[in-house]
Amino acid sequence: MKPAAFDYVRAEHLDEVLDTLNREGGDARVIAGGQSLMPMLNMRLARPTTLIDIMRLPQLAHIERNGDNVIIGAAVRQSTLLAWPELAETLPLVARALPWTGHVQTRSRGTVCGSVAHADPSAELPLVLCALGGEVHLRSRRKRRRVPANDFFTGMMVTTRADDELIEAISLPTNRNACAFREVARRHGDFAIVACAAVATKGGVCLAIGGVGDTPVTREFPRLASGALDDALNTFAYELDARDDVHASARYRRDLVRLLGAELIREVLS
Amino acid sequence: MAEASSAKARPGSGSPWVGQSIARVEDAALLSGRGRFIDDIGVGPGTLHAAFLRSPHAHADIISIDVSQAMRSRGVVAVLHGEDIRAMTSSLVVGVKAPVECWPMAVGRVRYVGEPVAIVVASDRYRAEDAVDLIDVRYAVRPAVVDLRAALTAEAPVLHDGFGGNVASDRSFRYGDPDGAFASAPHRISIDVSYPRNSCTPIETYGVVADYNAGEDAYDVLANFQGPFSIHAVLSRALKVPGNRLRLRTPPDSGGSFGVKQGVFPYIVLIAAAARATGRPVKWIEDRLEHLTASVSATNRAVSLAAAVAEDGRILALDWDQIEDCGAHLRAPEPATLYRMHGNLTGAYDIRHLKVRNRVVVTNKTPTGLNRGFGGPQVYFALERLVQRIGVELNIDPLDVITRNLVPADAFPYKTASGALLDSGNYQEAVRRGAREGALAELKARRDAVRAEGRLYGIGYAAVVEPSVSNMGYITTVLTPAERRKAGPKNGAQATATIAIDPVGSVSVHVASVPQGQGHRTVLSQVVADVFGLKPSDIRVNTEIDTVKDAWSIASGNYASRFAPAVAGTAKLAADRIAARLRRVAASQLNTEVDDIVFVNGHVGSRRNPDNKISFSRIAALSHWSPAVLPDGIAHTIRETVFWTPPELTAPDEGDHINSSLCHGFIFDLCGVEIDRTTLQTRVDRYVTMHDCGTILHPAMVDGQVRGGFAQALGAALYEEYAYAEDGSFLTGTLADYLLPTTAEVPSPIILHMETPSPFTPLGSKGVGEGNCMSTPVCIANAVADAVGAKDIVLPLVPAKLAAIVRGAEPAPPARQNSPMQEKRDGDRKLRGEGEAVVSAGAQQVWDMLLDPNTLAGVIPGCHRVERISDTHFRADVTLGIGPVKGRYRAEVKLSDLDPAKAVTLAGSADGALGFGRGEGRITLRPAPNGGTVIHYIYEAGIGGKVASIGGRLLDGAAKVIIGQFFAALARTAGGGSFASERLSWIARLRQWFGGQR
Amino acid sequence: MTRLAANQRHAVHLTLNGKPCSGEAEPRMLLTDFLRHEIGATGTHVGCEHGVCGACTIEIVGNLARACLTLAVQADGCDVRTIEGLAPAPDRLGALQAAFKRNHALQCGFCTAGILMSLDHFLRENPRPSEQEVRDLLTGHLCRCTGYAPIVRAAMEAAAEMADRPAKEKSDA
Ligand code: FES
Ligand code: FES
Repeated sequence: MKPAAFDYVRAEHLDEVLDTLNREGGDARVIAGGQSLMPMLNMRLARPTTLIDIMRLPQLAHIERNGDNVIIGAAVRQSTLLAWPELAETLPLVARALPWTGHVQTRSRGTVCGSVAHADPSAELPLVLCALGGEVHLRSRRKRRRVPANDFFTGMMVTTRADDELIEAISLPTNRNACAFREVARRHGDFAIVACAAVATKGGVCLAIGGVGDTPVTREFPRLASGALDDALNTFAYELDARDDVHASARYRRDLVRLLGAELIREVLS
Repeated sequence: MAEASSAKARPGSGSPWVGQSIARVEDAALLSGRGRFIDDIGVGPGTLHAAFLRSPHAHADIISIDVSQAMRSRGVVAVLHGEDIRAMTSSLVVGVKAPVECWPMAVGRVRYVGEPVAIVVASDRYRAEDAVDLIDVRYAVRPAVVDLRAALTAEAPVLHDGFGGNVASDRSFRYGDPDGAFASAPHRISIDVSYPRNSCTPIETYGVVADYNAGEDAYDVLANFQGPFSIHAVLSRALKVPGNRLRLRTPPDSGGSFGVKQGVFPYIVLIAAAARATGRPVKWIEDRLEHLTASVSATNRAVSLAAAVAEDGRILALDWDQIEDCGAHLRAPEPATLYRMHGNLTGAYDIRHLKVRNRVVVTNKTPTGLNRGFGGPQVYFALERLVQRIGVELNIDPLDVITRNLVPADAFPYKTASGALLDSGNYQEAVRRGAREGALAELKARRDAVRAEGRLYGIGYAAVVEPSVSNMGYITTVLTPAERRKAGPKNGAQATATIAIDPVGSVSVHVASVPQGQGHRTVLSQVVADVFGLKPSDIRVNTEIDTVKDAWSIASGNYASRFAPAVAGTAKLAADRIAARLRRVAASQLNTEVDDIVFVNGHVGSRRNPDNKISFSRIAALSHWSPAVLPDGIAHTIRETVFWTPPELTAPDEGDHINSSLCHGFIFDLCGVEIDRTTLQTRVDRYVTMHDCGTILHPAMVDGQVRGGFAQALGAALYEEYAYAEDGSFLTGTLADYLLPTTAEVPSPIILHMETPSPFTPLGSKGVGEGNCMSTPVCIANAVADAVGAKDIVLPLVPAKLAAIVRGAEPAPPARQNSPMQEKRDGDRKLRGEGEAVVSAGAQQVWDMLLDPNTLAGVIPGCHRVERISDTHFRADVTLGIGPVKGRYRAEVKLSDLDPAKAVTLAGSADGALGFGRGEGRITLRPAPNGGTVIHYIYEAGIGGKVASIGGRLLDGAAKVIIGQFFAALARTAGGGSFASERLSWIARLRQWFGGQR
Repeated sequence: MTRLAANQRHAVHLTLNGKPCSGEAEPRMLLTDFLRHEIGATGTHVGCEHGVCGACTIEIVGNLARACLTLAVQADGCDVRTIEGLAPAPDRLGALQAAFKRNHALQCGFCTAGILMSLDHFLRENPRPSEQEVRDLLTGHLCRCTGYAPIVRAAMEAAAEMADRPAKEKSDA
């Protein structure tokens, strides 16, 4: 269980990262905290020919407030964000969800953007990014672009990031609306069987579900009477295309969407 | 630092060390990073490192193995496959009489996922793994059988031609008059249960370092093997050397075993053979993926158990039908898991009539072996679930069913119907105290209160007898009496211990117990210190084994909870013998009688005249310095080795009665569980476990054994299963899929004790290490059954399994949507999909594309090149992947059922280092209403191998994406739009796919 | 920019438990293998090599890290702390280690190094943790022997003892 061979690039300037990505494209992978990528390297599920280490680029290690947005750089560790004093006030949903990501010992290395890049449909960070309508900041040698979260994740571990692009940061709109987060996993710290985030909106609630479809899925629910809400959640649950695996059945996942969804919507609207 | 606290802990010089929780001698090194586990010990210069290529298939013939590219890889010294191993070794012995071979590496055919297919020996592990990826094996896949009941059917694929079908053994037994009892009993109550596959998975994996001396034709092996050393005979036979040319050593520390490290032995053969083939020492440390997939597991078992029951709940007879699944090979010592409990099939109960049918089957799963509890969890899951059912069906409190059937306190030693001799106990008292001190009445009140709030709460019980010190002859119960007569009787359980005194009079102890964390060295220092009136810190204990230099026998090792009852007792016997001689030496030196001599506080002296004494070391060293002064008849006091085997462990008799174990502890457990209405997770609210393990040598260590076993049993009850798909793919190959409980999941049980000494062991102690693995899974299952009112409880209690029981039918899908996919069978991991697209090309044009290698090269995802084998058969080299997961595969595409320009069936396969995929789809073409062609497809696909066992969670999505890529490219090439399927989200995904990156 | 070529060994320098040390590693070498087999610091154990068991947990520049999910070259130039640096002297245990010993919080000791590293780091930042916080921290570790209760007990005892002691002695633990 040892990685296949690769060149290792320790970037000291952002240009070096972009140049290397430009030259080597999909054969190169960016490594930040390594908490998602390293297991795949050890198991040889991933065999990049070059690894680009971005953790020595200070300009990527910032959390910034920019108007109504919080911008989180690619080298910001999950533990750093969790300890950021303004988190609870600006991004209460993130403050609730982030402790569910892995364990203390992995959050201290894993980065926020790394989890987004990995695009695991059960992961918490892609889910809150979608629930809050955040954006992914991509940069290549040629251009910079921002992709709304809901367009960024296109499938199981598949995103719209092009091979020569670096995820430079993500931005999350500050959102002090009522919100709630709940997750069911087999054990504490495991990947979610169902993760559920809810944020109050003008017309009702935005509900985001992770762990069921191939990507996080968000849906606006207007204020509904409880019978109508149950029906709407039931429809939503079936639309998510849940699957069976060793940890849960499709039916159990749909049950959780119905039950947690109702619970969270009620909580957020009360 | 070690002894400061323990010396203080000693209340007075008169009280013995045994029975005190002194600090462990093992801890200082382990706490500061100075343990010496197998991978911490340096190896000789030039040592090579091994890595294995393992089978991705559950059942397949090996058509060819091409190692040429691997041999050219950097650092590679040798690549060996099954035929090479076959040429150097002989087959491992098989536990039943049948013309069947058992090789440690696949020869000609693979029978389980993860079976070794080749071994690479290289300069380091990284390079060895590089070369593993370059070995080219072609397989012809055979149908696999995974389910043990399916293995019994006539249609089942057969694994070994030498067994009748897949049945390795089928024996029936009858004790007393079971038929009479069933005929006259007012009730027949029965239960059908399955016990899952799991393993106590130590945190340290297997390790072997082997060297071969060609000049002397001798092997030297270091392995973190745990025994039983009966396996040494299996190994030397396999390596074709006499036992004295196989030196087997164990490292000082071992990172847990729980039985599991017995399973390292086939690798000892392979690594030893690799050392021989290369002429260099070879080292192999198993990695976690290898361990989970292919090390060893407990057996899974299906049991039908019926009881003849009187009106008052008294059980008059039992009828067992057990089907044991030992996986793909019947490896030594299997089918021991099935027979270990043979004397204990009536549990803690006084049941005189018994009928048993035992079948052992082979299936396409990893071979089984030792695992904490060894047969106990399987037996008690059936027996104690049945007892709970008797309560429910006769409307008697299940605890009353237990107490009405317990073996009476005045009946010990009690001979069970099938021959076990229960040594001692007072089961009624233990249950009474467990219920009282465990506050059962309060727990019942709590259940009522919680239920009144609409919550799900249940109480469960289990009463079990915990056997320890296995009779090495019990396994021969699998043979008929006639076969046994021919083979000669097998019995006993030789334990050994050596006490040695050096020239300065300090005491060393050696035993062949090979601990893996149980603190044997500490306990032995207590036992021996008591005999000599010394402090434990004065005694040095060594528990490593070296078969060339140490005293050992087939029963040596650390299993069957034999340490406290057998090994510690034998050390005491050895110390007593030296002490008896030292007493005579001292008596002559101090001019007093032998009876007057006592060992106190580092001195040997006169009891009557405490001033008449001499230091222990002085007396002890005499034998080295002045043997002439020893009294007549005392040859020396330098070293004493004792072999001890209890006379009670006799061979099975003509009536198949077998005293399968020497000691029998008793456990009574009760627990309260709550099941969350939303998550359906089972939370253990209170767990009480009452133990009678005879005399307790070190209370904190007994406590540690109980807690550790309890945590593993909780895992077995709620989390852990070695899961297989229907095709034999292994699904739980990482620690993110095979779930060990953590601090958040394991509650702290309330532990209670009684001490009824065993009359059969030197110290009165009994084993205690395995009991909770036997009692806890079923106790929790009984509580869950009580909470949800269900009869069929299937472990592990994955919350999803309770959905139908607790909630009934699922709410129907909304009317405008298609019904959800028809419920899949358990283990069915086939992917199915369907879709269609309108393209501008005409039907004939699309048809021609499908038959053209160049077009195929353009539409097969990641295709490097297509080779045309025939008009309808293509071969391609492809790189497939999603996200960062990429691998190179050899793909085959075959077309069949051709209906030109209308329809064709496409069968594809891909094989690579990450695993394999197989799929079949039907493509139909029909003219589109507005010109062009509608391409419709429907497919079924499956994926297996490494990627299924480690990436199961991500797999289905990945396959769908790749199949989607194929059809999308096809449509694009044919000038068309995107594919649309009936599934909304699928459309959305495809749309994003095109809109997005490519 | 530094580019280290595959299949070649490159010098790696780090500070291990306060002392400079160096060795060579290919870019792909895991930090676990580097520490254990290049440097000879075998106290850091390997149980899974995929970040779940916690046996390999160490501290890199003051942060907890899974050494099995770290490349040796990533740790170049870093301050690394391992189990070997925990005891105040070779024949003396720190407060946390001593609490483990008193409470029989280890059996085989294979998981122990990682658990001690996590707790040592955690207790320095959270001198008076609740039992729930300690349990939450420890969910990042698997122990197959002890059933965890003695580990939690030892951690709480050590926390109380260290919090009550003058600052100077704390460095011993
Ligand atoms: S070895 Fe690193 S977490 Fe298991
Ligand atoms: S003490 Fe053995 S794994 Fe924790």
